[in-house]
Amino acid sequence: MLREVVVVGLILGGAIFMALAGLGMLRMPDLFLRMSSSAKAGTLGAGLILLGAAIHFDNFSIYTRALAIIIFLMLTAPVAAHMIGRAAYFDGVPLWEGTVQDDLRGHYRASTHALETTTIPQNDRPITDIEADPETSDFDR
Amino acid sequence: MSLLLLNILLAIAWAALTGSFEPVDLLFGFGLGYLVLWLITRMGKTPKYFRQIPLVLGLLGVFLVDLLRANIRMAGIILSPHMKLRPAVVAVPLILKSESAIILLSNMMTLTPGTLSLDISTDRNTLFMHTVYLDDPEEFKRQLLTGYERRLKELFEA
Repeated sequence: MLREVVVVGLILGGAIFMALAGLGMLRMPDLFLRMSSSAKAGTLGAGLILLGAAIHFDNFSIYTRALAIIIFLMLTAPVAAHMIGRAAYFDGVPLWEGTVQDDLRGHYRASTHALETTTIPQNDRPITDIEADPETSDFDR
Repeated sequence: MSLLLLNILLAIAWAALTGSFEPVDLLFGFGLGYLVLWLITRMGKTPKYFRQIPLVLGLLGVFLVDLLRANIRMAGIILSPHMKLRPAVVAVPLILKSESAIILLSNMMTLTPGTLSLDISTDRNTLFMHTVYLDDPEEFKRQLLTGYERRLKELFEA
């Protein structure tokens, strides 16, 4: 009885977090905000559902498998978010106009894709930076 | 790390002696082995291993609580009719030197309160993070430094 309550709570909680992440994808104004809504909730939601399933079956091999899946999700989801964010920034996906600060601007070198601590000259920056500064016209898209 | 290996071996030995490889027995064996290893290495300087295990457990606990807190906060933002957003990309100077510590830090930052690691500079000195709500950049950097980064520095570079 108690186990059933715990299992239902975990799976329901996981499903709610994932549904909210989906709602966040619709409501958030730009790609980076959408990612911070989905990267976290996806991991926690899947983790809770897996934990609920493991407790339901209460079998050692299922516990270890659930644990392994959760660990791999935690290791890989942030890497995927990092790669998507980086690719989007290079591809000119604009940040929401309400963004108060953008420290990435001027630090990517477009020719080598390196991220440097020093400021990069105007003609070697990715598309996002050029669009943000209308007066730079020496870059032909 | 050979002490960790020894500890795992002791746990397996315990399970073999009691004749049951149930998770509880393995865990109990690990705890017992930890105690034994601590007793026999107590003579000289305390090895790094005995400081690391409590640090790992503390870090894991803080991280899991933060993961839950981050999601509840995010849910609150998503459900409010006028989403209170003040997004920003902030460059945070890193004090960590080891690559695995940096990877762990950026992964944890992506999964915890309102932040998303976007990229790490090629020279491994700066972490660029996207945050959902930025009050004060200096406060934001200070918070990160005192939280996870200090723990990870102790764990990897002490």
